[in-house]
Amino acid sequence: MTTRLRRYHAAVWDEPVIFEMGVAGRRGCHFPLAGPEVHKTVGDAKDLVPSAMRRRSAAALPEMSEPDVLRHYLHLSQETLGMMGISLFGTCTMKYNPRLTEALAAGDSVADLHPNQDPETLQGALEIIYAFDNLLRELSGMDRFTFQPAGGADAAYTHACVTRAYHAAKGELGQRDQIITSIQSHPCNPATAAAAGFEVVTLMLEDNGYPSIDALKSAVSGRTAALMINNPDDMGIYNPEIMEWVKIVHDAGGLCFYDHANFNGVMGKIRARELGFDACMFMLHKTFGVAKGGGGPAVGAYGCTKELEEFLPGPLVDRKGDSFILSDSSGNSVGRVREYLGNVQQVIKAYAWTRAMGSDGINEASDISVLMNNYMEKELLKIRGVTRSHPGIKGWRMEMTRYSLGQLYEDTGVTVSDVANRMVDFGVDAPWLSHEPWLVPEPFTPETGEMWSKEDVDYWIAVLKQVSDEAYSDPKKVKTAPHNHPIGRLGPESLDEPDRWAMTWRAYLRKKAARATGSVDNR
Amino acid sequence: MQAQTRAHPFMPNSTAELKQELLAVLGIDSVDELFAQIPLEHRLRHPLDLPETMSSEVDLSRHMRGILGKNTSCQRALSFLGGGCWQHHVPAVCDEIAQRSEFLTPVWGTVASDLGRNQAWFEFTSQLGELLSLELVALPVYSWGCAAGNAIRMAARMTGRSKVLLPRYLCPERRAVINSYCEPPEMHSHISIVDIDVDAESGLLNLESLDRSLGDDVAAVYFENPSYLGQIESKAREISAMARRHGAETIVGVDPVSLGILEPPGEYGADIVVGSIQPLGIHMNCGGGLGGFIASRDEQRYAHEYPALMISITETPQGDYAFSMVLMHQCSYGSREKAKDWTGNSTYLWAIVCAVYMALLGPRGFRELGELIIQRAHYCAHLLGKIDGVRVLQRSGFFKEFVVNFDSTGKQVHDINRALLKHGIFGGLDLSRHFPELGQSALFCVTEMHNEQDLMLLAEKLREVCSS
Repeated sequence: MTTRLRRYHAAVWDEPVIFEMGVAGRRGCHFPLAGPEVHKTVGDAKDLVPSAMRRRSAAALPEMSEPDVLRHYLHLSQETLGMMGISLFGTCTMKYNPRLTEALAAGDSVADLHPNQDPETLQGALEIIYAFDNLLRELSGMDRFTFQPAGGADAAYTHACVTRAYHAAKGELGQRDQIITSIQSHPCNPATAAAAGFEVVTLMLEDNGYPSIDALKSAVSGRTAALMINNPDDMGIYNPEIMEWVKIVHDAGGLCFYDHANFNGVMGKIRARELGFDACMFMLHKTFGVAKGGGGPAVGAYGCTKELEEFLPGPLVDRKGDSFILSDSSGNSVGRVREYLGNVQQVIKAYAWTRAMGSDGINEASDISVLMNNYMEKELLKIRGVTRSHPGIKGWRMEMTRYSLGQLYEDTGVTVSDVANRMVDFGVDAPWLSHEPWLVPEPFTPETGEMWSKEDVDYWIAVLKQVSDEAYSDPKKVKTAPHNHPIGRLGPESLDEPDRWAMTWRAYLRKKAARATGSVDNR
Repeated sequence: MQAQTRAHPFMPNSTAELKQELLAVLGIDSVDELFAQIPLEHRLRHPLDLPETMSSEVDLSRHMRGILGKNTSCQRALSFLGGGCWQHHVPAVCDEIAQRSEFLTPVWGTVASDLGRNQAWFEFTSQLGELLSLELVALPVYSWGCAAGNAIRMAARMTGRSKVLLPRYLCPERRAVINSYCEPPEMHSHISIVDIDVDAESGLLNLESLDRSLGDDVAAVYFENPSYLGQIESKAREISAMARRHGAETIVGVDPVSLGILEPPGEYGADIVVGSIQPLGIHMNCGGGLGGFIASRDEQRYAHEYPALMISITETPQGDYAFSMVLMHQCSYGSREKAKDWTGNSTYLWAIVCAVYMALLGPRGFRELGELIIQRAHYCAHLLGKIDGVRVLQRSGFFKEFVVNFDSTGKQVHDINRALLKHGIFGGLDLSRHFPELGQSALFCVTEMHNEQDLMLLAEKLREVCSS
């Protein structure tokens, strides 16, 4: 394999912070002024505001012209690598985001809809929500989906709320106060369970990469409200005992929630319902081709069985004859986890993506995801200093593999964070490392998905090989990276100190002045 | 060419030869072998049966446009809907930046590779901080309702108390979210909610009712300014002072586009401020344009309770500006179940768009916008108040929304709005279902989108509808 490394260098604009730009009196936009008839009728705006509530001094915002604002943010966009290079950010399933769907969603028939319009005027949006619910039912076996949760974590929270309502309806909520998860589940599972008021029971992994049946059996009891679990996990390991897990939790009276964050490798291969789960979650901004936007707007599509449907947050979309209606009736509903119907424009994009893929395309995408990951694994393990998690487990991994640079670190003192900072010098964005806690030393977790070409993946592998070679031959070069970006690394001082952090420009100016005069002001 | 043999446009590795080459590298004949981890009894019981594939953009575009064409947008109709999502003008520069691939598609990089995105985020928090007159602003959460829920939970943790006081009239959508965040009574961390009366005459919070409910068991008083029913809360300072006397936190929900002319909450005693970012340059998207913010003074007792991500400016050893996440250990990525609530994907693309919006408006734009809205809203109320049988509950003292009562017309809001719809008008939000004591009332929203002709047209059609 001969892959030429590109001469990449990030754009460097030395762009000032926006408060350092502009000139007093410059304008970036005008609004109409109230006409004479309006003014004659209602008088001055100032007199319409109760005197105690009038703004006394103008906000200290920058004063800029329209083209200057545009160019400032274009420059900042150019100083963002992201998917302009190659991003194999594991657990997030980097995908192509079809521009057709972006163009459709930007049109006024999506962008300029109000959620409280008469449903007669929302028939297109409601039809797509209804149809997409049906597509997800086919993929999961569940009976009903809601798109209100505004992210994967919010879907996990929705499950915790549904769990509360389900046990409350049976009069058992006071008693069932525990949710079980594993140390390899995404942090949002224990966090949302706790935020919903449950005690969290976390199962540890055995040598085979997942917790034992015995551990689960000793964790369940009359206090068990639910199990919240992902499968396969972020190490690419599928728990073959999952159907038995579901049975154990059901026998104890708990609900089972399938966090399908890692659906990309098993799309068209398994259905959550057929494994016995009561509910599941898909991330439309990951698996279903919707743009991530650097972290939302997102959708955690939450689906459940008929038995749990009455507890779903409203409103839901139903079909009545030839039209689509909003129903918001059930007295047992959890109410809302977020206002309205959720991020509707993202549901519309996900529907279009799913129609573009079809049954065959979705099956092929999971095939390619797993195929490419195992191809990459074979090549990555040839690189000096790279090992994979649980090396004792033989066989193919799913769509992701977790690796360790523990060997590289021991040999050279170069950390995985150093490596990530050097990789960006070649136009490859930093890989995902691992959620906390780190179960293997110096972890990293790339995911190829179906969007990146073999050439892209070969390039990524070649970059890691180059950085590994540098770590062994010239570790300083790696430890001082990046070299081809507008800025280098941060200094060693922690920003988690009240006199150092500054979440706004006004806080920064105050603290900088305090440092200059030597006065410390730890409020 | 057979459909099955065509490579899919979204999948560069879907040519048969390439897949064969990859299988050969792995030394296997079929991709099925790679799925050996999944027991056969776990596999699909029947093959996927999705509708016909539309892999050609020409078909898909036509299909989608056909369905979406059944919507009537607020650009085509004349809409007076608000409540929890508002139609404001979105500058074209906001749309341009929202669609930049660099901002649209990524997830996370390093401090260096994400420099531009992180700076844009910091310019969001910083400009919002100027509008609010507060030094600590976090990256946004899902929505105003979620931000309010988070803020109430922050106050409960800070005070060790478990009661919150809310105004009687609150957007039902937000109120339902707050209910979820306050947990049912069975949970040990349940927060009880007590309603505070709203004075029927003024539309403002009833301070006697507030006084009766305030005690040393109250974690927070939450109110909105302007209120859900549109009134500017002129007693905001008194409310904050009353809360402080009892050791309770004051949480205020604000509409950021009002802050060109309204006093910033940081100046009248608000401890935690929340609100919607949607009015700051985000299209409504049928409710998909929502986002919420949380802000406070920059004090440790607040900073250490935020569930949201926070970004700080700093300098590298070489003296360049850099922007980095701070206090990550207290969010759910750092602490799992011990975290302050939870975080995850949120509405971060919108934060960038809001930064663009605030930069475009600047101090003069925000004032001009606020003045225009408050004048046109009052003009509209004046026009509607002249219609027989139509009563505007508070004839002044509101910002962009006001309540119109139709009891004397003998008609229901639902029927009035159905009749207005025939004229291409979306009437005010029907309040009668959630607040029956207000009778047949609707909440009308007027913004910079409505010119004088629009307002006169509304009055004319409403007069027709009410007298028919």
